[in-house]
Amino acid sequence: MKKRRNLNKIRNLSSARKGHINIWAMRHLQALLFSLGRLSRAPLSSLMTVAVLSIALAFPTGLKLLLDNAQRLSGSLDNSANISIFLKQNLNNAKLSGITEQLKLKNSIATVQLITPEEALEEFRRNSGFAEALDTLDNNPLPAVIIITPTAAHTTPAGAEELLQELKLMPEVDIAQLDLQWVRRFQALTEIAARGVLLLSTLLALAVLLIIGNTIRLEIQNQKDEIEITKLIGGTNTFIRRPFLYSGLWYGLFGGILAWLLVSLNLWLLTEPVKKLAGLYHSNFHLTPIDLPTLMILIISSSLLGLLGSWIAVARHLHAIEPN
Amino acid sequence: MIHFDNVIKRYAGGSEGLSKVNLHIDSGEMVFLTGHSGAGKSTLLKLIGLLERCTSGQVLVSGRNLSRLSGRQISYHRREVGMIFQDYRLLQNRTVFDNVAMPLIAAGMGYSDVGRRVRAALDKVGLLSKEKAYPIALSGGEQQRVGIARAVVNRPPLVLADEPTGNLDPDLSREIMQLFEQFNQVGVTLLIASHDLNLISRMNRRILTLSKARLVHDSQNPSS
Repeated sequence: MKKRRNLNKIRNLSSARKGHINIWAMRHLQALLFSLGRLSRAPLSSLMTVAVLSIALAFPTGLKLLLDNAQRLSGSLDNSANISIFLKQNLNNAKLSGITEQLKLKNSIATVQLITPEEALEEFRRNSGFAEALDTLDNNPLPAVIIITPTAAHTTPAGAEELLQELKLMPEVDIAQLDLQWVRRFQALTEIAARGVLLLSTLLALAVLLIIGNTIRLEIQNQKDEIEITKLIGGTNTFIRRPFLYSGLWYGLFGGILAWLLVSLNLWLLTEPVKKLAGLYHSNFHLTPIDLPTLMILIISSSLLGLLGSWIAVARHLHAIEPN
Repeated sequence: MIHFDNVIKRYAGGSEGLSKVNLHIDSGEMVFLTGHSGAGKSTLLKLIGLLERCTSGQVLVSGRNLSRLSGRQISYHRREVGMIFQDYRLLQNRTVFDNVAMPLIAAGMGYSDVGRRVRAALDKVGLLSKEKAYPIALSGGEQQRVGIARAVVNRPPLVLADEPTGNLDPDLSREIMQLFEQFNQVGVTLLIASHDLNLISRMNRRILTLSKARLVHDSQNPSS
């Protein structure tokens, strides 16, 4: 009997707590929907704010995405740290294959690919768009090229350099160049660009904060009567603050989503030209769209920026409005 | 219910709103506050509603020392004090229902209770049929009744009214006063500021007279 009473007591307690949580959740849901309703009542100005936010957010996101793609590209180039040797003109085919065989025997070299002048011309004709101009030439101006992939031991900067010097000394070689060199420069450039994107992102995050802060400040001024009356009838600051905070959250969230759409649209517009360019380099490189983690970071950080911006505005301006 | 102890209110610039006011109003009283404009009627009401704080002295309402309240406690205090204004102070972009519902929503009441309480309050002031109307579509007397419904919807023990009939003609003013008497009959304490001596002298209630920031006459206690 006593046990049952205790059990009932516990049940009552837990249902009271549940009721408390329900009321709390209901108030938040109320403020959430109320603030959404307020945005929808002024669709044009809300949309404009969201559009400005989305541009400010799309800019660093898009740059970051391009940078990621560029780094992926240089990464794949890095693995094939090739040496190209341009041979002297007027070497016949027998001589060319002789050199090729000779190179294959070196234990510092993994693979050797010979591109004869004819093959080079054909490839150039196909991809450059100068086919007609080439037809007017009397003879083939292109040299034979041998592309060498060093063995793993010689892909280190020092090893590759040593092999390069050795190849340069061969009498048939006109120019030998390490493809890695421009890869390195490219990587250094992308590192600078990455730093730039980070700085730009910080500035634009600040811009988002200011835009949302200012929007909420204007909203607070527009709702001055309502705030005054709500304070008069016993609405707490928390109660008054809540819908403004949610407004900021909505702005951030919608700004983030629109930024995602903008970046995706731009990426889609770039897909074909990039594919064409990659084709010219015999690469199957393609732009990767925003991945899920990046998207989550974009949406969550824009929402948090919205919340923070409105928090600052509310903290600064809500207290100034007191009923009289 | 209300207790003023040597209350002084001085505004920035040195002008006095109230000067050494002592006052006691019991629970369940209906009291009028009169005097010329600028005599301190509004100041006295504002001190009770905590829209302003006294410079020195003590204001107690239901045993609470108002100078000790801050933040959230101010809001809770205002929920216990219904306030009615000369200019009604309704939100023009909300319906009558939503205006009256505001105190309940701010207090965190659930939706089903809100509907019931709002309709009960509107019924009491005779505006049940106008719940979906906007204030702009109502006459002055009707708007003031919406303001009254909002002040009493969460059943505060104390109601303050600052010139509630200031913008209304004599017939409407009498109606409003009858409404106040009905609230008083169910135990609500009322303090009504009005300079309409004609109207309030006919009500046969306690009258406090302010002049130049001082309480100069109390009809219930003429000697003081």
